[in-house]
Amino acid sequence: MQPIIKVENLNKKYKIGDKENYYTLRDKLANPLKLFNKSKSREFWALKNINLEIIHGEAIGIIGRNGAGKSTLLKILSQITPPTTGKITMRGRVASLLEVGTGFHPELTGRENIFLNGAILGMTRKEIKSKFDQIVAFAGIEKFLDTPVKRYSSGMYVRLAFAVAAHLESEILIVDEVLAVGDAQFQKKCLGKMDEVTKKEGRTVLFVSHNMGAVKRLCNKAILLENGNIISFGKTSEVIDLYENTSVRIGKTGGIWINKIKGRKGIDLEKITITNLKNKQSDYIYSNQDIKINFTVYAKHDIDNVKIGFDLIKEGTIVFRSEQVDSIDFHKLEKNIRYVFSSTIPSNLLNAGEYYIRPLLSIHCVESLIDFYEPVIKFHSEIHFGENHFHSVLNETNHPGSVFPKLKWNLSINK
Amino acid sequence: MKKKLYENVILPPGKLIQLNFSEIWKYRDLFYIFVWRDIKVRYKQTVLGVLWAIFQPLFTMLIFTIFFGRLAKMPSDNIPYPIFVYTGLLLWNYFSTALTNASSCLIENEGIVKKVYFPRLILPFSATMTPAIDFCFALIILFALMIFYHFTPSILGIVLIPALLVISFLSAVGLGLFCAAVNVKYRDVRYVLPFFIQLFMFITPVIYPVSLIPQKFQWLIFINPMAGVITLARSSLLHTVATDWRLLGISLISAIILLFFGISYFRKTERFFADIL
Repeated sequence: MQPIIKVENLNKKYKIGDKENYYTLRDKLANPLKLFNKSKSREFWALKNINLEIIHGEAIGIIGRNGAGKSTLLKILSQITPPTTGKITMRGRVASLLEVGTGFHPELTGRENIFLNGAILGMTRKEIKSKFDQIVAFAGIEKFLDTPVKRYSSGMYVRLAFAVAAHLESEILIVDEVLAVGDAQFQKKCLGKMDEVTKKEGRTVLFVSHNMGAVKRLCNKAILLENGNIISFGKTSEVIDLYENTSVRIGKTGGIWINKIKGRKGIDLEKITITNLKNKQSDYIYSNQDIKINFTVYAKHDIDNVKIGFDLIKEGTIVFRSEQVDSIDFHKLEKNIRYVFSSTIPSNLLNAGEYYIRPLLSIHCVESLIDFYEPVIKFHSEIHFGENHFHSVLNETNHPGSVFPKLKWNLSINK
Repeated sequence: MKKKLYENVILPPGKLIQLNFSEIWKYRDLFYIFVWRDIKVRYKQTVLGVLWAIFQPLFTMLIFTIFFGRLAKMPSDNIPYPIFVYTGLLLWNYFSTALTNASSCLIENEGIVKKVYFPRLILPFSATMTPAIDFCFALIILFALMIFYHFTPSILGIVLIPALLVISFLSAVGLGLFCAAVNVKYRDVRYVLPFFIQLFMFITPVIYPVSLIPQKFQWLIFINPMAGVITLARSSLLHTVATDWRLLGISLISAIILLFFGISYFRKTERFFADIL
């Protein structure tokens, strides 16, 4: 049987800087020499030599860390951006859902937006008309059909948007991290619909997600991307296992910060490392694991009353400050010896997202020895989906908060 | 139910610029929807939308009549200045609005361009359609003015209006495609564009007749397709001067040249819009 999607030797190059700052005509006119000076822009290969064959009816999960090339791959398959080299053959209509509610116009009513969004996603008016009632019913917005969507709650908005997308008729469906929005109940409904699309209707689905629970549930096969390469393509559970292990291994490059600035009074904070349970350096840690922050300090001469600590920062706010004096006493530092102060952030405390560390080093009540006003190292915390299936749909966007302690909940019913 | 099986091959952009008409035809529904959306949003506050379409040329006409007609004594081929300048403004307003809309359409629809594939050509074409509705409302005022000044429009003139609108459309799309593509790459173009459109108006015979220009330089002004369009509208509707049919051909040809230039530049840059937007 012929594959429904066949990717041969696909490469995609970006020029660094293309995305961050756009050009202005003024700059170009002011410096016309730049027109010919192209060597300066650095190149970046977002995808390297990708070869893939996907059979009809398969549901494929695409996983990998941020910047691994997942979204670039989807964008190329959706024809939003062209490949640099290579060839892709698709045997079927492609519908891609890289975002929920693309093109929704706030001034238009729900009814009007169904037609608008449907057309943008590639449906003909006839198709939309024939599916209109199903879409409305799925979204559950019958009463608000003729209300402008700017008056919708965000939940209604997302429901309507997903409902349109869920009724696309195409042989190939490409879905990017779109389930991250909406409440848990609706997410379950969406997952159910996606399940139906793949298993009952036998369509081919490509699904990008950071949510391993959803990938496991929906996809029979998975692709692991890392730095633009396919690391693995096979059974979902095996690929996810590999991903969870490699994300620790790859942490070797991350999870360490070396300080080049000398401290005052001959006391240097030489480096900070972040290690996981198994004492492996990593900047990517699951929330069910303890996180150890290690500070290496070197003194050129004997000194007492040294206080070391850090601020843990998320989204620009200090989550907490911790210092060694919170649990151990001062220790006299002797010259020419390296000391490692370690602090453990307990498991099941942090939320999903990026956490930053700003080091503190001072002589207690006398003076600060280093001046870092900004954090110097960061790590990513990921919620482990574990046993609780509700946690399987959580991520940075739909679960706000600096921390995520597992509180006890009780239910008592008073009649 | 048996479905037609497509086979779609995605390749790196080639050197040749080509138009895939069958694909554009496949997306015609999206084109209608974009036009429909723009009209819907434009006239959502129905009264204001329609009034604006009428007030804009009407007040411009009044101001121009006071300053250029009365005070500056601008010649107007022996017809009342208000109706003379209004005819010019009617077509000019369509052209400049259409050009502005087309130039900014990619940036305004950035969210869609970055997330969904469709032939990008659809956007500037649909953006250029919408101001035609304003044109129709403004046209009603022209007929009112003609009745007021006791002008009988010739049948020929009325028949010619759609043709002139089509030429204006082609010119606006042509230039608009170019500007839209440049606008994606250089983000300051949109601030410069209104200025250029303003300049463009002064080299188009909107507030003055072509007869003001020395005979031997007149051919120069007709390189601009809008010059021919406006002159034709006046001569055929208001019988200012004998209708010069050659102008129709010249305007059409320069409009088509603009269109080809616009399309080829747009197609050349199109595939990278999503990367740089």
